[in-house]
Amino acid sequence: MSQTTTTLPLLADLPDPQGYYGRFGGRYVPETLMAALEELETIYASVRHDPEFHAELNELFQHYVGRPTPLWEAKRLAETLGGKARIFLKREDLCHTGAHKLNNTLGQALLTKRLGKKRVIAETGAGQHGVAAATAAALLGLECEVFMGAEDIKRQELNVFRMKLLGSKVREVRSGSMTLKDATNEALREWMARVEDTHYIIGSCIGPHPYPMIVRDFQSVIGRESRKQFNEQVGGLPDAVIACVGGGSNSMGLFAPFYEDWDVKMFGVEAEGEGFLTGRHACSIGNREVGVFHGARLFVLQTPDGQITPAHSISAGLDYPGTGPEHCFYAESGRATYLSVTDTEAIEACRLLCRTEGILPAIESAHAVAALPKMLPQLNEGAKVILGLSGRGDKDVYTLRKYFEE
Amino acid sequence: MNRIDSAFEKRRAEGRAAMIYYITAGYPDVATTETAIDGLAEAGADVIELGIPFSDPIADGPTIQEASKVALENGITVQAILDLTGRIRQRHPDLAILLFGAYNPILHYGEQAFIDAASAAGADGLLVPDLPPEAAAKLHTAAEAAGLAMVFLVAPTTTPERARKIAEASRGFIYYISLKGVTGARAEMPPDLEPRVKAVKAMTRKPVAVGFGVSEPAQAKAIAKFADGVIIGSALVKLVGANAGKPELKERVKAYAGGMIES
Repeated sequence: MSQTTTTLPLLADLPDPQGYYGRFGGRYVPETLMAALEELETIYASVRHDPEFHAELNELFQHYVGRPTPLWEAKRLAETLGGKARIFLKREDLCHTGAHKLNNTLGQALLTKRLGKKRVIAETGAGQHGVAAATAAALLGLECEVFMGAEDIKRQELNVFRMKLLGSKVREVRSGSMTLKDATNEALREWMARVEDTHYIIGSCIGPHPYPMIVRDFQSVIGRESRKQFNEQVGGLPDAVIACVGGGSNSMGLFAPFYEDWDVKMFGVEAEGEGFLTGRHACSIGNREVGVFHGARLFVLQTPDGQITPAHSISAGLDYPGTGPEHCFYAESGRATYLSVTDTEAIEACRLLCRTEGILPAIESAHAVAALPKMLPQLNEGAKVILGLSGRGDKDVYTLRKYFEE
Repeated sequence: MNRIDSAFEKRRAEGRAAMIYYITAGYPDVATTETAIDGLAEAGADVIELGIPFSDPIADGPTIQEASKVALENGITVQAILDLTGRIRQRHPDLAILLFGAYNPILHYGEQAFIDAASAAGADGLLVPDLPPEAAAKLHTAAEAAGLAMVFLVAPTTTPERARKIAEASRGFIYYISLKGVTGARAEMPPDLEPRVKAVKAMTRKPVAVGFGVSEPAQAKAIAKFADGVIIGSALVKLVGANAGKPELKERVKAYAGGMIES
């Protein structure tokens, strides 16, 4: 794709003033939340280009999160995969709390203060976003309550304890499938009841406008740093970027700053769970069905009667039945290509990265590693690729042990 | 004239508030819903809100969440609800029927197809709580052309400027949400409800009906003094659930609704 032939909108026009990315996005919520979303949009517009706000956030990024995170050339990994490409890992796993999630929660916690609110709520699946929200709340002196499905609480006991240790309350959600989507429903309900004193920190590029834009902007530090580091370390631009996609926050953070570099190819990797044909997967883009879910128009897994169906993935962070609207737009417009890998492929990729680079990735992030053999044949020989390594795998050690020892 | 409009007009002439009942379609099964609606009609209900269950109902409290879940497990579909609408219409020619449900199942059915089918079945209007007027253009236009009233909601958090736009867009009546939060019976109504409803009434000549949290005759009576309609939801759904399959279901529903109407 080159700039002269593309008819894509510019990044500044994504989303449009109504919050749409092409035909995706928008604001589909109960009336009770409309005023809060309008207020959030107004306040965010006022801080978006406010040097003082960004100075404060950058200070936290540098001295608290540990940014910039390294861009590491994975030579042994590249060699193992055939040696025809150079692969660079953007090490978000080295962020404080172990994943990219803190970039967004710190940004939104600062925003909460600008909103004049003292309490935040958040939804979480595996607990990574919950821990990141609890961490930001502890640091900035905000009250925090995290909504988590009863099923996920069982699977992630340690993260539940960690959130409590950080001073957050954890609310067990027993409705629906008792996982991430239901935790999100319950957080939205709580927000409706306490919208005046509470800000809802959504953890991914999902939800009603302006959330997908806000989360993208705070996560874009990943792509901005990558672009600069690549130019300094290698020169010029990479040929491609690749990252895993659940709701889509780490991938959108990596992709967006390269959006107008029309020659840089983009690859998102969805979780194929037990395999697309089994129906037990999280490939909402691969499935290409449009719906309205959690406040936005997007690709979502659903029944022929428009009921949302649960997603399936071994990685809780990708176990979500929809994909953020901006990704849906990237997919439909052809700006990015979406691949998928199964649970087994992702787990094998965890071990591969351990053994070639001495890095244990989160199973989520390992999906991107596992997709490299599917992506590299689409690039020229000698291609240079940046891979978003969104989190570390310490939380997945039990799952991995179970897999490899059985 | 649309049955919703005539119902409010009739009650207004009598100096009374219209009584509106929400019921989750297919909870726990279609036959129960049908019998319960017979009871409501016999008690003198003005409008039935026939709830289309959704897997992820973000505006609903525990009672309607559970009802939706059970109804879906028991196989309720949008088509079955449209068929049910047709049967109710035949038995109760004057009862106003408002289809009430989340946007996604309607979108998936096809917006124009849904409006056509709803209109053919004899529905009088629709209310899609997660579809604010600014996103509703396509459905609203189709509804308007078919003579279906599209009802919009005003919340306690709605700014006066928005409330005016919503009042203008809404057809049939304006649904005033009594409190912040989700649906479900509450022991007490907010103390400033009356002035807030009056403020909306001052913006429009359309009827304003109050819902969310109303369960007791005393609450209905108090609200009827300043609102044009009173909406009962979760408390009725709970009653229907508790009496499903029992021979006295219809009489119990009728007695409950009758108690509300008498008040």
